[in-house]
Amino acid sequence: MLKDVLCEHCTHDTEKLCPDLIQCLLEGPVCHDDSACRDSFALWREKLSRRKIDRPAVFVGTGTCGLGAGAGKTLAAVKAWIAASGRAVDVVEVGCIGLCVMEPLVEVQLPGRARVMFSQVTEEKVNGLMDAVFAGQIPAGMVEGQHRDAAHIPWEGVRYLDEHPFFGPQTRWVLANCGLIDPGSIEEYVVSGGYKAFAHAIKHITRPELCELVERSGLRGRGGGGFPTGTKWKFALNTAAPQKYLICNADEGDPGAFMDRAVIEGDPHRLVEGMAIAAYAIGASKAYVYIRAEYPLAIKRLIEALAQARSWGLLGDNILDSGFDLEIIIKQGAGAFVCGEETALINSIEGRRGMPRPRPPYPAVRGLFDSPTVINNVETLANVPSLVQNGAEWFNALGTATSKGTKVFALSGKVSRTGLVEVAMGTTLRQIVFDIGGGIPHNKAYKAVQIGGPSGGCIPTQHLDIEIDYESLKTVGAMMGSGGLVVMDQDTCMVDVAKFFMDFIQRESCGKCIPCREGTRRMLEILQRITRGRRNEKEGDALERFRGVMYLNRLAQVIRDTSLCGLGQTAPNPVLSTMRWFRDEYEAHIFERRCPSGVCNELLHFSIDADKCKGCTLCARNCPAEAIVGSKMNPHYIIFEKCIGCGTCLDVCRHDAVLVE
Amino acid sequence: MTTGQDIQSILDKHPNASRDSLIPILQQVQEVQGYLSREAIVIIGEHLGLPASKIYGVATFYNQFRFQPLGQHHVQVCRGTACHVKGSAKVLESVCRDLKITPGQTTRDGLFSLEVVACIGACGLAPVISIDGEFFAGMTPDKAKKILQSYRRKATENGKDA
Repeated sequence: MLKDVLCEHCTHDTEKLCPDLIQCLLEGPVCHDDSACRDSFALWREKLSRRKIDRPAVFVGTGTCGLGAGAGKTLAAVKAWIAASGRAVDVVEVGCIGLCVMEPLVEVQLPGRARVMFSQVTEEKVNGLMDAVFAGQIPAGMVEGQHRDAAHIPWEGVRYLDEHPFFGPQTRWVLANCGLIDPGSIEEYVVSGGYKAFAHAIKHITRPELCELVERSGLRGRGGGGFPTGTKWKFALNTAAPQKYLICNADEGDPGAFMDRAVIEGDPHRLVEGMAIAAYAIGASKAYVYIRAEYPLAIKRLIEALAQARSWGLLGDNILDSGFDLEIIIKQGAGAFVCGEETALINSIEGRRGMPRPRPPYPAVRGLFDSPTVINNVETLANVPSLVQNGAEWFNALGTATSKGTKVFALSGKVSRTGLVEVAMGTTLRQIVFDIGGGIPHNKAYKAVQIGGPSGGCIPTQHLDIEIDYESLKTVGAMMGSGGLVVMDQDTCMVDVAKFFMDFIQRESCGKCIPCREGTRRMLEILQRITRGRRNEKEGDALERFRGVMYLNRLAQVIRDTSLCGLGQTAPNPVLSTMRWFRDEYEAHIFERRCPSGVCNELLHFSIDADKCKGCTLCARNCPAEAIVGSKMNPHYIIFEKCIGCGTCLDVCRHDAVLVE
Repeated sequence: MTTGQDIQSILDKHPNASRDSLIPILQQVQEVQGYLSREAIVIIGEHLGLPASKIYGVATFYNQFRFQPLGQHHVQVCRGTACHVKGSAKVLESVCRDLKITPGQTTRDGLFSLEVVACIGACGLAPVISIDGEFFAGMTPDKAKKILQSYRRKATENGKDA
């Protein structure tokens, strides 16, 4: 691809890399003036940015979520259709555009026409769709929208994506290329303005200036902590050492968060560029990406991206003749939630158990292999290229007083449109859940949003109009966290949610400090006792249960104040926040032994409506506890003492005869 | 296939290895073997100059490492927040009931092994299970059972062919 555009005056080749390569590709030949060469550059750019295409292109979203919805089969069907039709069509595999619920997503761009998006294109729908589109028609009911751009003729009667309720309110900076460009192509990234900031920075911006720029922009850590990124870089820059390191934390361990995965799968070069700029700013010649082994596709894309960047001379020794060397190494995380904590992550890279250590000294002063180390989250680093390119003021202009720029949220749970959402800081929760997410399905009532994963909290209805930023969330007992937003409706039991997080935390606690190791375990026991039915209580249990209830609050505070690392310090948050906003649910569990949402199995009382029961014996045959008795064709009966409350009878009954109280 | 040779070829890729190569080596060995055998740990220990107890200390800390062989089909049930809210607990229950094993075990016929993962990162499609890396979205207890059945059927058909 690259060779096609270079004329005989160009000095670039794989042996001898041209230091002005990026500038050249983006602005036409720099070192000589040759109209033929200029034209060939311009044409190359137009083709790659798909402003001008001479053959149709079909884009299939093949991120992990797309593949989960069957995009692999869709892709095969598309290829088969193209082969059968004998047309020359480009098929491009792109990352996740964010609308996970509508996967598999397929976009088609015909020469001269706007790019148009179709949703839920499963393999059996491919042929019909392709036949219609290539005949110049839009099949009704499948089209999601078209991209607005002046260079192409729009389709009649198709809404633009910026009018789409899901995409319209978003400000996509980090996700700008996700789902639009081929993640496996460095050329497409460069044409979209990629590596320009890096190439400029290593030649024309000094290290202190760069740190200063990032500090002025107000970019804060997107991993959840919210520490000013520029300040962290300055610490590392000002610590003298022969070797410094940059680490990208891509160990997205929060259950319910998937934005880092989507960024790496959809636009890996953005991360590579962000890392390269950050490494240059602090003077690190070695950088690590610590990425979860559970993300095989992201790892694959990242390996490809690193290899391409290396072959273009953007990584390695003496990058673009600037005297700066950089090597990026991928380290696969072996699955421990605590490794998201920076000191634990460092231990893990060094080949030890991933246990945190007390800070200070902070990693920026003494980190990996005892050298100054900066650790940034994927999203933080993905913000850097556009920030450096457009300046601190541009970045500053968006957001609230204390939080600038955008934030990517992974929206999931009981919401109509699940997916990846990037909005300006200060957007209200109501906008995210109801406008972008389309509200709660099945006309159910909204109950809460869980934000920030196991260290975050729940936000109830009365605070739906909260403008999201780092500080405002703290006032309601939640925190930004990494950005998982899980929506819960009336059928979600908040005590059960607290129990779920406590179970996760106590399993993932590394065991180094006692408050977290023992305290979270004890807290889980208390929650388990609260949700236990009377029939499973032995003597003394009831007393024990009440003692636990009395101490729950104090235990939570002790864990919060005395734990070694962030995992322990924030572990009680899910419990504290649910207790604060949903005290009534706790009370119903504790005093009445009743679960208002009908979730906690042991507190449910199942019975059979004798009038409705037809005696089909389905429930009796499926009951794991053999608690249902009755003969064929006669009404059945549930023996309360034997029932374990699993709800199987409710699921299998075809006559709505099972009652739950 | 001799275990020793496989492991040796992995170790050869890490000459003069130091402690920070330990986890990548363990990951690659598990990739080849499917789990970490005692012999493997001892060989790795000799190569790195670390006692086997230290290596076990590291390996048991992380969720990724297994010490028993996997089944023919590896079932992963996601228990992330979004999956939990959408009812993955019941899905897991029905899978356990269907396979008659608890998470971390392998069925007696060696056909299935079961693992619970914290979050696969496909929250938009919750609840999710994955079998041999293939995702199944929007699970219900019934759907999960049917999928396991289809794998069983395939296995018996292949058995007949063999």
